[in-house]
Amino acid sequence: MSSETFNPKLVGFLCTWCSYTGADLAGTARMTYAPNMRIIRVMCSGRVDPQFVLKAFKEGADGVLISGCHPGDCHYQEGNYNALRRHRLLTKLLEQLGIEKERFRLEWVSAAEGAKFQKVCDEFTEEIKQLGPLNWNGGVNEHREA
Amino acid sequence: MSTEKPKVAFYWCSSCGGCEESIIDLAEDLLKVVEAVDIVFWPVALDFKKKDVEAMEDGSIAVGFINGAIRLSEQQEMVELLRRKCQLIVAHGSCSHLGGIPGLGNFWNKETIFNRAYHTTPSTDNPDGVVPLEKTVLEDGKELTLPRFYDTVYTLDQVIDVDYYLPGCAPPRDLIMNAILAILEGKLPPKGSVLSPNKSLCDDCDRNDSKPEKMLMTEIKRPWEILIDPEKCFLAQGIICMGPATRTGCGERCIIGNMPCRGCFGPTDQVYDQGAKFLSALASILDTNDEKEIEKLVDTIVDPAGTFYRFSLPSSILRRKRMEAIK
Repeated sequence: MSSETFNPKLVGFLCTWCSYTGADLAGTARMTYAPNMRIIRVMCSGRVDPQFVLKAFKEGADGVLISGCHPGDCHYQEGNYNALRRHRLLTKLLEQLGIEKERFRLEWVSAAEGAKFQKVCDEFTEEIKQLGPLNWNGGVNEHREA
Repeated sequence: MSTEKPKVAFYWCSSCGGCEESIIDLAEDLLKVVEAVDIVFWPVALDFKKKDVEAMEDGSIAVGFINGAIRLSEQQEMVELLRRKCQLIVAHGSCSHLGGIPGLGNFWNKETIFNRAYHTTPSTDNPDGVVPLEKTVLEDGKELTLPRFYDTVYTLDQVIDVDYYLPGCAPPRDLIMNAILAILEGKLPPKGSVLSPNKSLCDDCDRNDSKPEKMLMTEIKRPWEILIDPEKCFLAQGIICMGPATRTGCGERCIIGNMPCRGCFGPTDQVYDQGAKFLSALASILDTNDEKEIEKLVDTIVDPAGTFYRFSLPSSILRRKRMEAIK
């Protein structure tokens, strides 16, 4: 698929205190940005279980974003640091499974940064367009073809 | 005949033979089993053929214990046959339960595995570059066939319906005996149960008391790099131990041998993906909030996918390495 016609599916896990509010701000301020992100609101970026990320890729996401409060600003003190540690380790594991690190992104977006959220969505969409579809084939069912 | 003993079958697929050994390890208990049941199929020990199984009535075997993962079309054919003949199917051991060690083949595909096995290992002597073919036509026109080798290793329940799981590499004898007795007495748990307690290994671990108040890891060590304290929690010593994300019931054989848990019992019922759950646990005890230091620490974890999915890659959410990424 060429990057012209490929429309990436992106899943974004946004913490309710900062990033979701930031995304809301981008909306109420009528900023326009790529419509590719499917947003899932979570209480904290530290709530994002690595299983959620794997499931998103399996179910057809071409890229996954986790977005939380800036370091030091977490509503629960340290949740975003957990997200950071998990992100780095999971990125390494995903690369071993053939999923490029560009497809799994972590960003800090505060409640005041509507413009940053706009930029993240545009950039991420463009990057994944260049990279192409993931076409996760993990369930290859060769044993069902006969 | 109502006095007829229940029939039992054993079969192996992609496995090392250790699970067959685990049946033999029942020792004198095996005699009790043999007294109570008729073993009608057990290729590793008894001379019954596939046609003998085919001749049996559907559903006439009370229970089939199948060990090993599914990697070949022949294994698929055999387990589909046994599924028809058996009332209950028990996935015996890590490989049929989770994919097991053969499941690590899911980091590659057929082509790369054949290339390694038949061309590039230092011990390969294959000047004509012969590789196994599914079909070979001989000079007299006769055709020989071999089973198809799949790109992907499957767990048993990805191929046929499975009633129970006996976890472990290999399953310990008390769990096997409990399973057999439960079946004989008809005291079975709900279908789909893993026949081992539904809690984590740490719950039963003797070293649990040695855990510090707040568990934190400042560095990651591999078991050969340090002298391991035989009393102290492995994670507290900087060694990756899969205990927190692994089901208990194994009798802590590895821990007693002063080796960390590698996760052969798979996760508890609450978890879909053992590796992801362990990753989550490990990341949260890395003792730094600094981005650069986190990356340095993560760099020292040599093979996260191979370590966290040592026994469970085919049963994980993503199941295998992406085919397009295999070179």
